[in-house]
Amino acid sequence: MVEAVACDVAIIGGGPAGLGAAIALRLRQVGRVIVFEREDQAGGVPRHCGHPAFGMREFGFPLTGPHYARRLRKLAVAHGVDIRPRHSVVALQPNGCLSVATPDGMLGAEARRVVLATGARETPRSARLVSGARPLGVITTGALQACLYLERMQPACRRPVIVGTELVGLSALWTCISHGIRPAAVIESADRPVARWPFGLFPTLLGVPAYFGAHIAAIEGASRVERVQVQSGSGRCVPIACDGVVFTGRFVPEAALGQAASLALDPCSGGPAIDQFGRCSDPALFAAGNVLRPIETAGWCFREGRRIGQAVADDLDGRLPPPVCGIRVICGPGIKFCVPHMIFPPGGTRSATHLDHLQLRVAQTVTGRMTVRQNGARIWSKRISTRPERRILIPLAALAGLAASGDIMLGIESGALAGER
Amino acid sequence: MVLTDCSGSASPSLPSQPLDHNCRADVAVIGGGVVGCAVARRMALAGAKVALLEKAPDILAGASKANSALLHTGFDAPPGSLEWQTMQAGYAEYLAIRGEMNLPLLETGAMVVAWTPAEQAALEGIGEIARQNGVGDARLITGGQARAREPGLAPHLRAALLVPGEHVIDPWSAPLAYLTQAVALGAQAWFQAEVLAGDFDGDVWRLHTARGTLRARHVINCAGLYGDLVDRRCLGDADFEIRPRKGQFVVFDKAASRLLTTIILPVPTERTKGVVLARTIFGNLLVGPTAEEQTARDIAAVDEAALGGLVATAISMLPALETMPITAIYAGLRPASDTKAYRIRHEPHRHWITLGGIRSTGLTSALGLASYAASLLQSVAGRSHPARTPRTQISMPNLAEHLPRDWQSPGYGEIICHCEMVTRREIEAALCSAVPPGDFGGLRRRTRAGMGRCQGFYCGAKLARITTGHFASPVANG
Repeated sequence: MVEAVACDVAIIGGGPAGLGAAIALRLRQVGRVIVFEREDQAGGVPRHCGHPAFGMREFGFPLTGPHYARRLRKLAVAHGVDIRPRHSVVALQPNGCLSVATPDGMLGAEARRVVLATGARETPRSARLVSGARPLGVITTGALQACLYLERMQPACRRPVIVGTELVGLSALWTCISHGIRPAAVIESADRPVARWPFGLFPTLLGVPAYFGAHIAAIEGASRVERVQVQSGSGRCVPIACDGVVFTGRFVPEAALGQAASLALDPCSGGPAIDQFGRCSDPALFAAGNVLRPIETAGWCFREGRRIGQAVADDLDGRLPPPVCGIRVICGPGIKFCVPHMIFPPGGTRSATHLDHLQLRVAQTVTGRMTVRQNGARIWSKRISTRPERRILIPLAALAGLAASGDIMLGIESGALAGER
Repeated sequence: MVLTDCSGSASPSLPSQPLDHNCRADVAVIGGGVVGCAVARRMALAGAKVALLEKAPDILAGASKANSALLHTGFDAPPGSLEWQTMQAGYAEYLAIRGEMNLPLLETGAMVVAWTPAEQAALEGIGEIARQNGVGDARLITGGQARAREPGLAPHLRAALLVPGEHVIDPWSAPLAYLTQAVALGAQAWFQAEVLAGDFDGDVWRLHTARGTLRARHVINCAGLYGDLVDRRCLGDADFEIRPRKGQFVVFDKAASRLLTTIILPVPTERTKGVVLARTIFGNLLVGPTAEEQTARDIAAVDEAALGGLVATAISMLPALETMPITAIYAGLRPASDTKAYRIRHEPHRHWITLGGIRSTGLTSALGLASYAASLLQSVAGRSHPARTPRTQISMPNLAEHLPRDWQSPGYGEIICHCEMVTRREIEAALCSAVPPGDFGGLRRRTRAGMGRCQGFYCGAKLARITTGHFASPVANG
């Protein structure tokens, strides 16, 4: 170690969530807040994303991703946040000790609290186990956009196939079209666009053929991608000539640092397990933003970061309840994940600030009644008709009958409508 | 022997540069796989003027690109075979030179694990062969002892043969080190120089390549997947036939490497050593290979069903892998032939040696094969060149996860690849090294950039920028 720094709060990751937390902490007069950012600049994934619309709620008008990132950076610096770019946190130890790689040598950091805000990444071809050759030109949206917006280079592909229709897939499509790249097709394994109307109309409006209920059966090409075989639900394969494949979405939390530190992870969300204050299994550690779950907008992450920043400030003031006495949140069948994983009954906390909602996703398209049960009793329910990747919120304030103890169970009760009083 | 410098060939790796018609070598090595690189080194150390001809833009473009990265003791090789002999020699030489060359070794040991009564019955025979093969420390252990050593293994493990000498190495830095040393001793490596034909005038070979003609006194064919074709093109016939055997692999995230130390080998079949579960020198855990015969020699496609099968096999052996993310998938082709044995052809009167059919054991046996080829050549040439000692010490940059990496020393500039912690300094050093990468894959193998869990999500664009102008097939255009 060349040196060691001490601070009140160390934030790992300078994206919207990390900067949001840092700003909130400074607004609460927390003295020394350091953001360790491994890239050249803080700002996170919006830096890659040169199109609107970011920041409507934060700044009142639509910004491009890079503008939004710049605004967040300026705001953080104006609030006295110490942003350290090119600082890679390589190890988390208990009690807020960090090892940080910097171009000038290793640095130790000791923080009273640490906020993990390392974001998420898209699932690349390898982890999807996609068949075929392995030529150049198989990338993710992140790589495509960094190439065009950060490096101002033209990717070698001019006619890629785009896989996925989450918002990010449409962002990839938009990026291509606005740079004169003409995608050969959009391929989606679901039977309709994942993104909400009207975004799902994008491919059609832009004249790009879209294949739903289809997947890539094989990538072909010697040194570069030459075509893909697209297999539809009927099993029939159609060859599509293209010179690249952009795999979009299917984000996974960037939680390796927490995993290496033996932090409790939620296998459903892929991120650290937290309570409603964002507190992890190591109570000196908090988490915010897309490291918690795939995936939310930049604006959501910023606001979530601010809330968790305030909870950290409360914790430094000794106002959070002990971490052991909470109520566990259990996902029943059909629920893909739920964040946070532990909540506290209303009387159990003196903290004014915490996550307001249980945020969850369903595993598949579902119409039915979503319920929250505790000790066998239904304490909340609502009719839902929703699809995977859609944000579902249950306000904590609505869990009126929440008892002081007993796990709560989230479930979907399809037949519940008939018997209801 | 007359030694004539290859004039005007300061940058032989640039494909625009034609081979000069006066270009002469004592020894032409055909193929830049692990065997070709080891042979080039051995011949250069013996004082010969060496030219290595490779058809791809970089070394390790064929079979040597993708293997299980193990240093084998040869415990299960056919006793007395050339494969056994060269594996033992190669193993010993690797351990002898790895210190000065800074080649890593992860001392894991291996267990041949029996999961069924039939496999358990076979273990004793394997242990007997290990003893015959001089691997005296191999010993049978009970299922309980095996699980005490590796508590993560599935409980239906019945027994194992422990082979303490089996280890994990870096499959790419070793051959690169061999060729780098050869180049430091004056060898030249010509890329995109596929050998199309050859004629021999009783003294000197003229090898006609895609980049021109090379004159060489002796030829050593190490063309791997193309070994039989090169023999046919130059000698008129081949006494073996390459039958490419595809092996697919799955690499799990670094977190998985904490689940296992020892290499887990299956009880082998006649055809293949079977599916291996092993740590990698880079801190991951791999499972593979499959063994699938195919005719194509140039493309090794991955296949979702086979990869899924490997993952299932891995989980059945090590249940905690269930929740581990997958980092990478790959497939390679082993240059198997119509029989299991190495296919050596020595034509002393035609100054020709073929080292063919070198399958998955080639990473271990390459150095041994190189010495074997040198001894064959010496029997023809009648005398050896004055052996040279390397004036320049070759020390490879370390990529092994268990040893200090570049990012741990100041002045690295910036981290380009965050998943694998690859620095700008490392990438720039690789790009201007003595044997620079000829394509993006070559850079990945030399530095690990882009090989981690995000597969270029974060670093792809920066790598495109840094490599601008370096590769014939660019990642992006600026």
